[in-house]
Amino acid sequence: MVSTTPLHSRHIAAGATMVEFAGYDMPLQYTSMREEHMAVRRGCGLFDLSHMGEVRLTGESATATVQHLVANDVTRLVAGGALYTAMCNEDGGIVDDLIVYRVDGGFLVIVNGSRRHVDVAWMRSHLAPGTVLGDESDATALLAVQGPDSVATVQPLTGFRLETLRPFRSSLGSVAGIDCRISRTGYTGEDGLELYCAATDATSLWDALVDAGSGRGMLLAGLGARDTLRLEAGLRLYGQDMDEGVDPYSCGIGWTVARAKGDFIGSARLLEIDPESPPRRFIGLALGPRHIPRHGMAVMVDGATVGEVTSGGFSFSLGHGIAAAYVPPDLDAEAPLTVDIRGQEAPARRVPLPFYKRPR
Amino acid sequence: MPDLSGYRFTQTHEWVRLDAGTATVGISDGAQSQLGDVIFVELPAVGTRLRAGERFGVVESVKAASDLYAPLGGTVSEVNGTLAASPERVNHSPYEDGWMIRLTDVDESGASLMDEAAYLAQAEA
Repeated sequence: MVSTTPLHSRHIAAGATMVEFAGYDMPLQYTSMREEHMAVRRGCGLFDLSHMGEVRLTGESATATVQHLVANDVTRLVAGGALYTAMCNEDGGIVDDLIVYRVDGGFLVIVNGSRRHVDVAWMRSHLAPGTVLGDESDATALLAVQGPDSVATVQPLTGFRLETLRPFRSSLGSVAGIDCRISRTGYTGEDGLELYCAATDATSLWDALVDAGSGRGMLLAGLGARDTLRLEAGLRLYGQDMDEGVDPYSCGIGWTVARAKGDFIGSARLLEIDPESPPRRFIGLALGPRHIPRHGMAVMVDGATVGEVTSGGFSFSLGHGIAAAYVPPDLDAEAPLTVDIRGQEAPARRVPLPFYKRPR
Repeated sequence: MPDLSGYRFTQTHEWVRLDAGTATVGISDGAQSQLGDVIFVELPAVGTRLRAGERFGVVESVKAASDLYAPLGGTVSEVNGTLAASPERVNHSPYEDGWMIRLTDVDESGASLMDEAAYLAQAEA
């Protein structure tokens, strides 16, 4: 049974190509992935991300519960503040990667749509006495406006001064007369806003944002552009770049592990890992303009397979193929790498992540 | 949408149009729509001899790489060089500006072609 978001009728009316993702019938693209991608890099784009899950943890022990569940240190969050973290199992494998907000009375945890039910079950089995878990995913819509023109586009709809909101901060506010959590976050490598509202308000907010963006070059953007944008920005995708068999150090998000904060699930194993030499290494590869690496292709040295592409594609911003891949930690940094693209070895240059950084 | 009465289609979503003995070949609108934005098209050298059903190139899109198959036999007399700089023509104009190759010495033996109605019917089936 495939679910729909509250904005499904809007996607159909806009002529989107739909695809099943995380159990939802979601827009893959409206017109062109390239155009939607470049709109976000140059102006802004509007995304429906209501397939994401929202889990609220409240109660006197909520801080202790969340601190035990995730690898990052949530005690350093100010009210409305957000952080990125892994939630690990006892072996240090990643159950999911999350955004955690400090909110009134506790925490709001944003989970991947594909992991919602696994995550909720996992969290429920690790609640400290006195913590209350509410899965608000079905009642909540998430709309994202992403791109350098996001703040200017949304500002006319709200009395809240958006430029006062720093990256990774959020505030309750009203946008187009609708109560929202307004967050300066995203998954595109650009400035942008994520707006959480009641599912019943989603179409009103969507329509108001579409109106505000018309004449400013804002485009509706689908999951296809979201994927090419996040890959350029070096952001990992759960289920593709990481899973329960991968620890945060191996996939290059060791910076989110608060080693000094005390015990948490997986900490015993994670503290054994030397951050400088994790079991595997997550690297970036740049290929030629006519070489497009794809998920699952082999990374090779001298004709022998040494690793695997986990995310790959064509970078619209850079004009060539890019890939994220796992290789052994002891692989010579100078080793000449290739990617096996349908039997042809395409030369690949090892480059730092992210592939694309927005101009400041 | 152009008049497609002169176009015939393969099961693998190429089209072919014959004009005075020259066959022009491209991919269908349904095919380009499924592929999404075309990033590049790999085409054969002029002079290449193709049999009907033979692989003649690759279209690489944001989503996937797809092989191209010759709807008819023939000799490649021309390739659409404009696709190197403007591969999006395959998306915007699959039946006209987005054509891929032209064949002369056309040989229909072994070819299995459908008119538009039959093609659309089997694509939906």
